[in-house]
Amino acid sequence: MNQHSTFDIASAAFSRRDLIRGGALIVGFAMTGLPPGATAAPGAVAGPPDPSRIDSWIAVHADSTATVFLGKCELGQGNTTGLLQIAGEELDLDMSQLSTVRLDTNVSPNQGATTSSSSIHRGGPQVRAAAAEARQALLLLASVRLGVQPGSLTVSRGVVSIDGEPDRSVTYGELIGDKPLDMKFTGTAPQKPVSRYKLVGTRVPRLDIPDKVAAKYTHMQHVRVAGMLHGRVVRPRGQRGYGAGAKPVAIDGTSIAGIAGARVVRRGDFVGVVAEREWDAVRAASALKVTWQETATLPGNADLHDRMRSAKTNDTIITSIGDPEKAFATAAYVAAATFKCPYQAHAPFGPNCALADVGPDGALVMSSTQDIYNSRDMLASVLGLPVGKVRVQYYEGSGTFGHSCYEDAAQAAAIMSQQVGRPVRVQFMRWDEHGWDNYGPAHLADVRAAIDHNGKIVAYEYHGWQHGWIVTENSHELALQSGPAERTGGAASIPVNRMSTGSMYASPNRRVVSHAVPMVGYLRGAALRSPLDLSFSFASEQVIDTLARTARIDPLIFRRNNIADPRWLGVLNAAAAAADLSSGLPRPSPRDSDIVTGWGIGLGTHHVSYGAAVAEIEVNRRTGVIVAKRLYGALDAGLVVNPALVENQIVGQMVQATSRVLKEEVIFDKSNVTSVDWASYSVLRFAEHPDVVPVVVQRMEEPSTGAGEEVMGATAAAIANAFFDATGARLYQYPMTPPRVIAALATIRT
Amino acid sequence: MANDLSIKVNGRMYPVDASPDTPLLYVLSNELSLHGPRFGCGLAQCGSCSVLVDGVEVRSCQTAVATVAGKAVTTLEGLAAWYAEQKGLKLAPALHPLQQAFIDEQAPHCGYCTNGMIIKGSELLAGNPRPTEAQIRTAMDGHLCRCGTYPRVMKAIQVASRAIVGGTP
Repeated sequence: MNQHSTFDIASAAFSRRDLIRGGALIVGFAMTGLPPGATAAPGAVAGPPDPSRIDSWIAVHADSTATVFLGKCELGQGNTTGLLQIAGEELDLDMSQLSTVRLDTNVSPNQGATTSSSSIHRGGPQVRAAAAEARQALLLLASVRLGVQPGSLTVSRGVVSIDGEPDRSVTYGELIGDKPLDMKFTGTAPQKPVSRYKLVGTRVPRLDIPDKVAAKYTHMQHVRVAGMLHGRVVRPRGQRGYGAGAKPVAIDGTSIAGIAGARVVRRGDFVGVVAEREWDAVRAASALKVTWQETATLPGNADLHDRMRSAKTNDTIITSIGDPEKAFATAAYVAAATFKCPYQAHAPFGPNCALADVGPDGALVMSSTQDIYNSRDMLASVLGLPVGKVRVQYYEGSGTFGHSCYEDAAQAAAIMSQQVGRPVRVQFMRWDEHGWDNYGPAHLADVRAAIDHNGKIVAYEYHGWQHGWIVTENSHELALQSGPAERTGGAASIPVNRMSTGSMYASPNRRVVSHAVPMVGYLRGAALRSPLDLSFSFASEQVIDTLARTARIDPLIFRRNNIADPRWLGVLNAAAAAADLSSGLPRPSPRDSDIVTGWGIGLGTHHVSYGAAVAEIEVNRRTGVIVAKRLYGALDAGLVVNPALVENQIVGQMVQATSRVLKEEVIFDKSNVTSVDWASYSVLRFAEHPDVVPVVVQRMEEPSTGAGEEVMGATAAAIANAFFDATGARLYQYPMTPPRVIAALATIRT
Repeated sequence: MANDLSIKVNGRMYPVDASPDTPLLYVLSNELSLHGPRFGCGLAQCGSCSVLVDGVEVRSCQTAVATVAGKAVTTLEGLAAWYAEQKGLKLAPALHPLQQAFIDEQAPHCGYCTNGMIIKGSELLAGNPRPTEAQIRTAMDGHLCRCGTYPRVMKAIQVASRAIVGGTP
């Protein structure tokens, strides 16, 4: 079975070295585990393969193992393991009989971007249906072979036998072995009822971990090909305001004359260097003297939110229920506040890396893209090649958590390779990745909510301001000198999310308004894990908490009283039970010592699933330092295919959300971003990490929904509310840094 | 750039082609094709490039290759053999106990910080096989993780500690 092991395909990259030596393109190769001719020469032609053919999804081999072709990429979240569990369940194969192959635009079905926690949610049903249909076809073949009706057959580990006559059997391999099934994928085959699941719902260990701990895994940063040059981009240290670009006024090539083999690569405003040796490329990128046109279009951190509020915005009413104005006018108590939220960086732990081999007839680009087919379209546009002449292969990088610089690095490598006529590997430096990221956008919120005399929420209103997301990459914009482009409307923009802004509470009057700020003059924006949900929950749940405190009702009980949806109630109660708080928060610690302790609750999600968190924190009132001690997080993502994977995701989300709400903020002045490394952009460190108790609320009869980002907002909110519990002060801006803590405490001492 | 420089990595001598000022990381990655140490910041801020030099964790991105001549460099690839040597075992286990604990605790997500975490953790356990939680937090504080794996790395180190003290390789 080892020859089919999921990650053996990594070795194919090295056997392919010979094929791309000298810049020649691969025209076809037999994938590991798939003998030539198993399907229509997989990899030989530009994809995507026809999604309406079963062979595009599944290949069954002579030894009764199966290769499942996935279109969702492994990002370290374990989706490969989960998707193979789904396939194995329907095919009645065990995990050792299943494998997949590297994502590749010549090979992989197009399942769309691996974003929005969609692998199991949206990719899973396709894999399940394809596997069920393949199984149905195999049973039909078996029924002919064994001379019985398909209904009297049973399958175990790829062995089909007659029910009650285990000696009369035939294997999948004997039925089809390595030949195509050659059938249409109708999606109509019966699927296994949940009650008969044996593999789905179990804690299968992640397939990628053993290689990752043994230094056998191939991250993108590890890939080398023969004949390649090392490349680096050369840009101002820290991006300027969006739309201002980065225009080189003068480039002094003599400044790198002393570095053997180093040379400048330029196309439009795009500047890079290449060298035979990596260290020479690093030194050349650092030594190259470039005079950049000065720009000063940014607001700087201090004026950011004021400028957003005064911007000419494109407004959308996201939710409008009842008559909030009237309800506010007659309510017993109204709470209202304004919240300011920062830009935050993806800052993958290993900066992005890509390798491109571009010739006149085509291009092969290896990168850590979350969407190989979209990446291919964008590369074709930058390179001026037909889409079918560009081939993209995915290699896992380090955790990206959204749209970091992977496409930028891929395009940079492609542009340089096209110019120099050799394969080029581009490794972004730390300051490239930190400084030229597509940040999670800043946010400004005005939130208002009201209760009646019984503590029932009667009105809710949320106004949010933020700009949109980029549609073209830095390298594209620089090389083609194209103007600014962004998403200000439609499904791909980032409006206020109705799910995280009060939807969990049964208020009869609710209004949510999104104010889209144009991005020019701000920073580049894109999806950062759980886009804006930390900001929504940080703002919304603090106002809810204020109502509870005003009504003198415990925040847990207050929320229970105001939630009608059993799934929101389920996660709230699960988190509270894990924290041993079933009847409410403990009494706050005395507030007369330097270190005070507090508890808080938060709810939130992304667009699907249900997240709840409880936080126990300590605040040092003298230094202003907040330490998250213990976090309890509950997530209801419907049918959870592998609870161990989701528990691991909850732990990761809660630690990352702690980092984001306590520490992370992109710093910039009027000219450019200045937080360009781990010293100037703080993240949560090992010594500061909380203990995390993850709880999966398993709902086997509900459809699977996302599980990679839906408890982050709740975590941020729980920490913010715990701060009030500990100190009696509220923080209206995050990250909750010591200076902000000390300033907030000063307001209650007077 | 021919020179007489050779370095000892995972018990074997390798001639070095690079100039003496080249950071060790680039030699390990490009000349020796190792996958353990990897580029993270180039500034010794994050720990993704960590290796052991004579048993001490160093940042290979900020260590000139010439400075490790005559010393023993151990990367993640050679950690099990290094452990066997430390413990006087005749046969090296397939994995260092901390690597095994990372699997048992399902600690990594993307696995990029895993190299540095295991290198630093193994250095800690070699000097202090029974570290307290506070000692682990202090020792590991120079190693960042973006995926939020700190709690499970903590647990893995504690599990490995028990395995090592209990004598299970």
